[in-house]
Amino acid sequence: MSGYFSDVAALARKDLRLELRARDTLPAMLLFVLSTLVVFHFALPSESGDQAAYGLLWVALVFTALLGLGRAWVPEQEEGALDGLVLAPCDRSAIWLGKSLATLAFLVAAEAVALPAFALLFAALDLAAIAGVALASIGICTVGSLVAAMAAASRGREVILPLLFLPLAIPLVVGGVGSSVSADPGTYLAFLGLYDAVFAILSWAAFEYVVTE
Amino acid sequence: MSQEQLVAAAYGVFLAVVLAWIVIIAAKLSRLERETTELAELARRRRDDG
Amino acid sequence: MRTANPSVPLLAAIAVALTGAAVVMVFFVAPEDVDQGISQRIFYVHVPIALTAYACFGLGAWKALRLLWTRGERYDLESYTAIHQGTIFGALTLLTGAIWAKASWGVWWLWSEDQLVLFLVLFLFYCAYFMLRFSLEPGARRERISAVYALFGVALIPVSFLAIRLAENFIHPTVFTRDGPQMDGSMFGAFCVAWAALLLLAYVMYRVELLGKRTDANLRLLRETLTS
Repeated sequence: MSGYFSDVAALARKDLRLELRARDTLPAMLLFVLSTLVVFHFALPSESGDQAAYGLLWVALVFTALLGLGRAWVPEQEEGALDGLVLAPCDRSAIWLGKSLATLAFLVAAEAVALPAFALLFAALDLAAIAGVALASIGICTVGSLVAAMAAASRGREVILPLLFLPLAIPLVVGGVGSSVSADPGTYLAFLGLYDAVFAILSWAAFEYVVTE
Repeated sequence: MSQEQLVAAAYGVFLAVVLAWIVIIAAKLSRLERETTELAELARRRRDDG
Repeated sequence: MRTANPSVPLLAAIAVALTGAAVVMVFFVAPEDVDQGISQRIFYVHVPIALTAYACFGLGAWKALRLLWTRGERYDLESYTAIHQGTIFGALTLLTGAIWAKASWGVWWLWSEDQLVLFLVLFLFYCAYFMLRFSLEPGARRERISAVYALFGVALIPVSFLAIRLAENFIHPTVFTRDGPQMDGSMFGAFCVAWAALLLLAYVMYRVELLGKRTDANLRLLRETLTS
């Protein structure tokens, strides 16, 4: 068991180190989320309330995540390293978990910039909203890593990832916006937790089938 | 549109889709028939040559 | 491949008979609804179609599970065909649902109508299934990835349903409540017959499509052998 988690940690660390050296994905995500928020300022009609703004925050987060997910498996693909990893004597699902954790780290870093910016430019974010963002981010990265691996195996790479990911992300957006906007955020947070549990387990179990030849 | 027309439209849409499906399957069947004939011809030639 | 039983012509004949019975029951036996009038009759075609679509997606997911478990050859085609039927009936659900919305409430679309929104999400999801399938090279990997996706779809159904229920609180106040099955005997009977007819029709369509796809695959093999 400890071998499993040390594999996961090693894989996640590898991704983080690669990113620290190459510095291409994270800056792009940060810039993207900030630019999107500015676009939303001009896209929103002037009297729209906070509710619309929260909705758009979630749009920004989902598409920023998509940007990160699109690049998640690129390092493995470019070196053919995915085959090497798959042959390695570690549990295949550890590859998925390591990748999800690394992607989560990038997404959280982007959110650390986006959320204060949003609070400054649009509307305040309370604890429930931030908890919603945290829970939804977990869901985004777990499901997203699996779906990105599917997209990586396909020919129409860049285009197919959003198609696969967005329907699955809809419940997360509902949960996230609900936790920011509703008077009873507890229900929405519980729902997000349920989504995370169900789809994390599914992704964990299914990854092996997606990635073996 | 009147209520009766909408009810008819609902059932009509259902019927239309099923009929469209039949048309597509029929086209597929024709294609399969054509391919089988070609292959039968190939097999015949093989049998007569070999 | 052995001739599957029960045979397709027999099932098709039963489907025809059931459809005939359903039409009789829906239009001649079941009484007209007091509140909604004649537009309530759309219910007999819309709801069974929706339930049939769910059944098809369920069948697709079951076949997908069998594929991942046993790696049997036939399950990929069966899963794919079942999902294809589900998508067709899903599209029909959206169309008949929109017509019913127009008849009942005067608008073609209603975000507060759970069934419609859920189907829109599922429809998007399963359309992406086909995009995924066609962008992958044929082979064992495509079969497995498609199977995993089909299983995710079935997990998505209850989760989305819950999400849509929750979403109504901040998207739209729930003004319109759906009439539940407080129907009298003959209405319920008509509904059941209609549902049985549609389920069987979907299954017949599924079997016919499978026949076509399998024949296609056999022909391809024959062609390769004969032209080599």
